[in-house]
Amino acid sequence: MTEKSKPKPKTKSKPPASRQAGEMWNLRLYVAGQTPKSVTAFSNLRKLCEEHLAGRYTIEVVDLIKNPQLAKGDQIIAIPTLVRRLPSPMRKIIGDLSNTVRVLVGLDLRPRKDGE
Amino acid sequence: MAKRKSESATVLAKCRTGISGLDEITEGGLPKGRPTLVCGGAGSGKTLLAMEFIVRGITEFNEPGVFMAFEETAEELAKNVASLGFDVNKLIRQKKMAIDYVHVERSEIEETGEYDLEGLFVRLNAMIEAVGARRVVLDSVEALFAGLPNEAILRAELRRLFRWLKEKGVTVVITGEQGDRTLSRYGIEEYVSDCVIFLDHRVHNQISTRRLRIVKYRGSKHGTNEYPTLIDEHGLSVLPISSMGLNYAVSDERVSTGVPRLDVMMDGKGYYKGSSILISGMAGTGKSSLAAAFVNGLCRKGKRCMYFSFEESPEQIMRNMRSIGFDLGQWVKKGLLEFRSMRPQLHGLEMHLATMHKLIQGFAPAGVVVDPVTNLSSIGDTDEIKAMLTRVIDFLKAQGVTSVFTSLTAGGSAMEQSEVGISSLMDTWLLLRMVESANERNRILYVLKSRGMGHSNQMREFILSDEGIRLLDVYTGAGTVYTGSARLVQESKDAAQALADQQSAGRRKRELEQEAMSLEAQVRSLKARLDGMHDDLKAGAAQEKSRLHAAATERDAIAKARKAD
Repeated sequence: MTEKSKPKPKTKSKPPASRQAGEMWNLRLYVAGQTPKSVTAFSNLRKLCEEHLAGRYTIEVVDLIKNPQLAKGDQIIAIPTLVRRLPSPMRKIIGDLSNTVRVLVGLDLRPRKDGE
Repeated sequence: MAKRKSESATVLAKCRTGISGLDEITEGGLPKGRPTLVCGGAGSGKTLLAMEFIVRGITEFNEPGVFMAFEETAEELAKNVASLGFDVNKLIRQKKMAIDYVHVERSEIEETGEYDLEGLFVRLNAMIEAVGARRVVLDSVEALFAGLPNEAILRAELRRLFRWLKEKGVTVVITGEQGDRTLSRYGIEEYVSDCVIFLDHRVHNQISTRRLRIVKYRGSKHGTNEYPTLIDEHGLSVLPISSMGLNYAVSDERVSTGVPRLDVMMDGKGYYKGSSILISGMAGTGKSSLAAAFVNGLCRKGKRCMYFSFEESPEQIMRNMRSIGFDLGQWVKKGLLEFRSMRPQLHGLEMHLATMHKLIQGFAPAGVVVDPVTNLSSIGDTDEIKAMLTRVIDFLKAQGVTSVFTSLTAGGSAMEQSEVGISSLMDTWLLLRMVESANERNRILYVLKSRGMGHSNQMREFILSDEGIRLLDVYTGAGTVYTGSARLVQESKDAAQALADQQSAGRRKRELEQEAMSLEAQVRSLKARLDGMHDDLKAGAAQEKSRLHAAATERDAIAKARKAD
């Protein structure tokens, strides 16, 4: 539909050296209304970012109830979904982010363990 | 929900698919406002059926639709169905259709706690509202199982999704890949309890056949058979051909066989219109020629004919028939005759049936030739062929189409037994035979049976000449049958014999005449003697009388003289 109008994520070919200091993190959290899960997810995310990415992150919260057409662009089906738009590559994390270890792994803030 | 239920308490509302045949076997379409599961193996036509449901919904019933694809992008989908004449992009521009490609990549997703599929709901809802959709397709929602690790959440969410769709009142088609022993790989049939359609793509003897079956349809009558399904340039069509029962109208009208003398053998009028005719015989007995004569006769009267050939190309048939004086090419040019030549192995029996059904419905011929039915035995056993032909014949009879089937009898097998056991289905059976005698093979034709008419019991010699087909009396003398040159020899022998007989009869006559004459002469001489004898007798009697008189006179004179008293 009209997803062309929304800002496209700038996925320039950057090396996946995502844990470099000084790199800006652009995170987007998709929610659908003020559900307990979205509220939990948002507070979990804030805490986590403050801990690991203080000063170099932005969080954009997209409420699909208000902007349903935005779900298409990032292929959102599960709610809540956290999308790491920058640094590339794009990563998607679903759930209320209560499992911190997995979030950190998912965001490449901690190396994956074998078998994961 | 409750309101809709009370509405449908009497009759289940149905949503027409517009897919030819499917609405017939579902008796009106899919359950309106409810989900229908379409499952089947890879390449069985699930996506096509779903797409047709949406496109035809828009073009034929003005019901906008939404297609949520999990496997193909909108561009791919549009391209795939463009060959079927569906302009999906135009429908999207007209805001009557929306396609959303949902892509779930497991490797991109990290699960970190509680979640739901509200995003999917939001996307679906947005599309439904944007076009005012009445129809929704989820193709195939099972892709989510591969993309999302937590099956418990997924199952709960799917259950919620179907409930939500029902509440929206949209008619939904969900596709699902066939599972090992289940209808769908992830068992989504447990959420879709209203209607389940199963598409099958079977390969038997290297020949594939598509079939469709309605596994269940809650609250409605439906056809339960497996129906052959066709995917061609017009999309999917299901062919609701089952045996139609024996209640077709019959006609007293007659159709010429194309061979005048053969018409004479059958009441002088030929076949019954709408009857089925079997022409059986060994190789080279002239089965196709007799069928061509029938076609030629019909076309000459301006009627349409369809010729299904399983062993010759149209050009070859036309060339061969030209050699016996049937110019079939002219009818093809006039659009009265249509050839369909294909190898039986091209597709399965059901598919042949489906193709024939479709072509005959489209062309509406007065006569159909299937030449030869026995070639079908390479793709099915006798029972299957018989079942298929029963359906063909029932269909043709219902349409009032006169049909000619040729059947090749293998050398050595009984003549009065057709290869594929279809003789009982036939109304008229013409048998062509080769008779070998005096170093010759000659063709013989007779009417083995012909229901409902007084047909000739005579064998006829069947001659293919460049002026067409001729039937001649066979020579039947002294308990043997002569054909060909033996017949000619016998005929000339007969002529000589006749002449000889004639001559000897003349001689005999003369002899008799002479004898009669001599007898007459004898009679004449005897009569002369007789007459003489009569004269002598008469003369003798007169003499005696005068002598007696004289004696009496003398006695009187003596008495007088003696003075006697």
